[in-house]
Amino acid sequence: MAQHKINYTQDGGLPVALTSIDKIVNWGRSNSLWALTYGLACCGIEMMASGASRFDFDRYGTIFRASPRQADVMIVAGTLTKKHAEFIKRLYDQMTEPRWVISMGSCANTGGMFNTYATVQGADRIIPVDLYLPGCAPRPETLQYGVMLLQKKIRENKAGNAQRPKRLM
Amino acid sequence: MRAYVPKDDVQAKAYYTDRYYVAPQVPKSDVSTDEVFSADLEAIKAKFEVIDSFIQMGQMVVYINAKDNYGVLELMRDELKYTQLSEMSAIDWLAKENKFEIFYQMLSMHKRKRIRIKMFIENGQAVNSVEKLFRSADWSEREMFDMFGIEANNHPFMKRILMPYDWQGFPLLKTYPLEGDEFAAWYEVDKIYGKEARDIIGPELRDTSRVDRYDSERFARLGHEVPKGTKITGNEPKTEQSYQEEGGVFLIKKFDKESSVVVDDPQR
Repeated sequence: MAQHKINYTQDGGLPVALTSIDKIVNWGRSNSLWALTYGLACCGIEMMASGASRFDFDRYGTIFRASPRQADVMIVAGTLTKKHAEFIKRLYDQMTEPRWVISMGSCANTGGMFNTYATVQGADRIIPVDLYLPGCAPRPETLQYGVMLLQKKIRENKAGNAQRPKRLM
Repeated sequence: MRAYVPKDDVQAKAYYTDRYYVAPQVPKSDVSTDEVFSADLEAIKAKFEVIDSFIQMGQMVVYINAKDNYGVLELMRDELKYTQLSEMSAIDWLAKENKFEIFYQMLSMHKRKRIRIKMFIENGQAVNSVEKLFRSADWSEREMFDMFGIEANNHPFMKRILMPYDWQGFPLLKTYPLEGDEFAAWYEVDKIYGKEARDIIGPELRDTSRVDRYDSERFARLGHEVPKGTKITGNEPKTEQSYQEEGGVFLIKKFDKESSVVVDDPQR
């Protein structure tokens, strides 16, 4: 028997897996987390390293997209300035639901070392954030672990349309 | 005469002040000590009034009147071969004498010399744009306007360059607080959500090292996480760090450390 063929002697002879709608939908959502290309500062370099071959985000089904309309998760990687604040809100609004946000690094979490007039003191002042990654900048391993935690969070959700959209206010 | 005090450990004393301290200055020398510079200075003096001139760190500094800046720079570019304006900006002396000092740093690749043209303007006074002479002055003058509020007449696009167009205040003034004024603190909230959102979103937390262990809304103790809003007692059980549920995940194989191979032979 060729190796790629289905082994009918297993699982009662049928290529069938029984599950619930919630599980199969969340399986799809959590394993094809397309991320918005959103490197704002030096954290963007670590984000790019996570996507490249050494760490390889493709294994998780995380593929960077250049359009918010094709993205599920926004990784805010870097310093968010006040001039840029309206654009991050607009990009977030353009993403289709369900959508998630990872705040990567100290600057996106709290403003970090930029305790100045021009920096937003935490991306969560503008958009609702699901996951905060500490570090300056976080290693790619941290981002990978963060994506796995986000997958875990997604799997805990219900799949239906009744899911309430996240709003800051 | 005062007794000598050793100045070796000045930094150890945070509030050390010397009553008779005079800020050290880079030594100045006369322009006549350099042939090229004295010829340049004569050419400028022939047409414009020069208030002061000296050589510092091998570069000539020339103080001129503010109304002459376009003429002096044109003369230097066309006749004296100072073909590059490498830098220009302003210095805030408002507290001392209510004036701005504006400098133009010029470079001559032909003579291998640098000259700094300086001038004082009153607070609120505009300068003549030199953008027609040097393209590099385009953004520099916009930045000068953005940061100090000094306008340049005859500039083709006199708008802010770094801060947003609707920003208020000039951040590089000595009187501007580093953490921003009232307008800066609420800028993004006011612009995106409106002023009525201020109460909901709340003021900025500027102390980034602040940790409140009893606040489970904003903080979590690593390894002892509890659900958001739980009252902290101090006896939180240890939580296991994991990336997958206990019973495994549908259709996904869990990583098994035992069955994995660690390659520790670099010559493999």
